[in-house]
Amino acid sequence: MTDYFIYLLILAGSTYLIRAIPFALVKKNITNIYVKSFLSYIPYAVLVAMTVPSAFYATGSLASSVIGLFVGGVFAFRGKSLTVVAVISCATALLVDVILKFI
Amino acid sequence: MKQYLRGLRLGVPIGLGYLSVSFTFGIMAVSLGLSWWQAVLISMVTLTSAGQLAGVQVMVNPGQYLTMLISQLTINVRYSFMSISLSQRVSTSFKGIKRWLLGFFITDEIFAVAYQEKDVEPKLFLGIATTPWIGWTLGTLLGALIGNVLPPLVMGALCLAIYGMFLAIVIPPAKKSKPILIVVIISAILSCIFYYVPLFKEIPSGISISICAIVASIIGALLFPIESEVNKND
Repeated sequence: MTDYFIYLLILAGSTYLIRAIPFALVKKNITNIYVKSFLSYIPYAVLVAMTVPSAFYATGSLASSVIGLFVGGVFAFRGKSLTVVAVISCATALLVDVILKFI
Repeated sequence: MKQYLRGLRLGVPIGLGYLSVSFTFGIMAVSLGLSWWQAVLISMVTLTSAGQLAGVQVMVNPGQYLTMLISQLTINVRYSFMSISLSQRVSTSFKGIKRWLLGFFITDEIFAVAYQEKDVEPKLFLGIATTPWIGWTLGTLLGALIGNVLPPLVMGALCLAIYGMFLAIVIPPAKKSKPILIVVIISAILSCIFYYVPLFKEIPSGISISICAIVASIIGALLFPIESEVNKND
């Protein structure tokens, strides 16, 4: 339980400070092109590192996870919203799992 | 008050989206062994998707405080960039303590909506942030409570929602920009190495995510330094 609160403090504290400090203190624009580029690539690189390959095992079954992600990915490719892609991924995975169960 | 109400309207779609994604977070947190109130408290005071997901995965093991810190800093460094961008767009009355308090609410989506405005008033910003915060908290609560009642098959499938959201954030810009596509491919390959290669497997996931993202982004910055606004789609 002590662990939980220490973890919570680090999690919430670091997330807060990384948002608030630059917002409150920075008054100039970043001009260094390499720093700007690095910062603009970071969000995408983080999300992909979190997704591949962990998400392939997210539902507990490789088949439903991969097919769900693939179908969701097709909708994302067509520019559908976050919510639509999330719902489609889940629905597809559920469908695959149900089919697998009854084969 | 007028500004606040206008912000409130702008934030409603974000709130609805957050409700569904944090529902999954609630399920995941409980399935990893946290109690419902622990999951809800995390959402109330943190308000972030990727960071919380990585965070609860680190929490499962005791004593990995440094891992927690490093992974959070890497995952969330994008917020610094958004904060800096937003600091150029706010009204002159948006300063001092208001920035320290409202800075808490800078998420990808709230930033994206607020950034469309010219002179962001503190009240407008608070209005935009209100529904998303409620949606994020409420969704976590519902997921943590109802999650237990759902059949395992449904719960398993719902664990995919958060990753679906990640795909929806990454794929459209990667489709348009070759540099982003290359950066994410590098990141994916590195991540697979950490996941499957025996020696690398021992490294905690919080650290490996950071390493993958930092290395891929450095390579990207060196190969494709950009002056244009690649991050417009955040």
